[in-house]
Amino acid sequence: MDWMALSPEEWTAVRLSLKVAVTATLVSLPFGIAIAMVLGRGRFWGQSLLNGLVLLPLILPPVVTGYILLILFGKRGPIGSFLAEHLGIVFSFRWTGAALACGVMGFPLLVRAIRLSVEAVDFRLEEAAGTLGANRAWIFLTVTLPLILPGIIAGMVLCFAKAMGEFGATITFVSNIPGETQTLPSAIYTFTQVPGGDAGAFRLTLVSVAISMLALFASELMARYANRRLDVE
Amino acid sequence: MTLAVDITHRAGKFLLDAHFAADGGLVALFGRSGSGKTSIVNVIAGLVRPDEGRVIVDGEPLVDTKRGIFVPPHRRRLGYVFQEGRLFPHLTVRQNLLYGRWFTPPAERRADIGQVADLLGLGALLDRRPGRLSGGEKQRVAIGRALLSNPRLLLMDEPLASLDEARKAEILPYIERLRDQARVPIVYVSHSVAEVARLASTMVLMSNGKVAAVGPTPAIMQRIDLFPLTGRAEAGAIIEAAVERHDERDGLTELRSRAGLWRLPRIDAAVGSRLRLHVRARDVMLARSEPVDVSALNVFAGVVAELGDDTGPIMQVRVDCGGETLVARLTRYSVQRLALEPGTPVHALVKSVAFDRRSVGAAAGASLGGDADTGDA
Repeated sequence: MDWMALSPEEWTAVRLSLKVAVTATLVSLPFGIAIAMVLGRGRFWGQSLLNGLVLLPLILPPVVTGYILLILFGKRGPIGSFLAEHLGIVFSFRWTGAALACGVMGFPLLVRAIRLSVEAVDFRLEEAAGTLGANRAWIFLTVTLPLILPGIIAGMVLCFAKAMGEFGATITFVSNIPGETQTLPSAIYTFTQVPGGDAGAFRLTLVSVAISMLALFASELMARYANRRLDVE
Repeated sequence: MTLAVDITHRAGKFLLDAHFAADGGLVALFGRSGSGKTSIVNVIAGLVRPDEGRVIVDGEPLVDTKRGIFVPPHRRRLGYVFQEGRLFPHLTVRQNLLYGRWFTPPAERRADIGQVADLLGLGALLDRRPGRLSGGEKQRVAIGRALLSNPRLLLMDEPLASLDEARKAEILPYIERLRDQARVPIVYVSHSVAEVARLASTMVLMSNGKVAAVGPTPAIMQRIDLFPLTGRAEAGAIIEAAVERHDERDGLTELRSRAGLWRLPRIDAAVGSRLRLHVRARDVMLARSEPVDVSALNVFAGVVAELGDDTGPIMQVRVDCGGETLVARLTRYSVQRLALEPGTPVHALVKSVAFDRRSVGAAAGASLGGDADTGDA
């Protein structure tokens, strides 16, 4: 069974991938909820433009998305240099850059899932909460948020899964540096490029499958719990 | 509680132009579907912003377009019971009931969940979720939820419309209790004459977005010129009567009103309690001479006070019976055959079985001699 044991380098790639995917999902979540609320509820000029912009990474070749990120968030990029100078956040060739790339690629999936459940929420329930004394913030926290929870869970799982598998945008933006930006897909890709790497590629593939299955399983459990609370039969 | 509404609001082709004032008890907004009742309640609640006008509750302007005042719904301290309940599906009944309490300043938390649960019979439902409740239970929870937010005024928009007759009969006594025991001022929207006749102390009669009449319910219901609006088939006078005794042998209850003695099928009410009877005009018969050998148990001597000016084959006749008003709905043919005209002495006959559970209710504490201003608007 020795061939099943992961080498330290492989463990590093697994841990890094999890760190990148979790960060990408959690950081994009508040933005995703906000954008989903705006798209699901608002009627304003430029709405379809915003919608298109959010969905863009889904349609563009990942390499193109990665290159755009490189231009905008690279060391000399307009946003990248600003963030590095004022907030000390550096993306280029760091794991944070991988998280950014994964977050951007997963964002459309996150927003779509949440938006669908936002549109399904009966706004009259929010009206009722208002007549009971709740202001907008409380209405959101006590009525809207619990009701869109199933959509949030679904969106988070999709975003996490996308982040775990993201390859093109990540490798274009932050390259393939072991221990810093080499996530599972990059590591598998690297193994396939060297002679005798098949065993390593296979082991990481199994890990990949296991993590995906676990995420799916967890989301099923959470969705069932959320639906039971809503009494959806 | 005083309520003054002066609003004009246009929604598409519909123009709402409502002006009325009322104080205390249960104020019913009555009219056909689409007459603007719900719009008025939504304006009072702050869910709709009127184009022009003002709404004043207890002297405080909730909206006044001239002075640029608009109090947002969550600061109005009004309870709203919606037609469809609108319970929060993700909360238990108890959490639903307590929702408004969070937002009430501690000093103003008078309503107590135990009392409200008792009043509305919710004790056994507290730990259930709204998805598993029947329609009647949902509406009772919705009423309790609104009450526990300690509103200064309760708005009810057709709270019984989605329920069947049995569920309606189940909830009506609870609303009477709110009116008489909890003494919560209520604005009640309905298109059912029976509900309004039974519950309302003051009645605002709506027609095509305008207020056709406003005043104490008995005074409005006995006006035969308003019959086309109060709904000919179900409309009729309202009589207040006190329970005198129960005749257990024959299963009858005797009540005393100014018109005389009423005998109705056994009513579940204590001797001495005051009840309100809705006597539908179509259930009233008139005779020129005192009828003998007649099955109807309620016969009152009176005088024709007014003939309706309807042009069709059916007309309304208002009869004064010892200071009490009854309205009879007769064919024009009968009116001519009996040569009825104002001043004609007649006997009014009402079958005892014409009364059902919905047409007998508790008399409103504030309803008699109500001080709301009467008159056409």
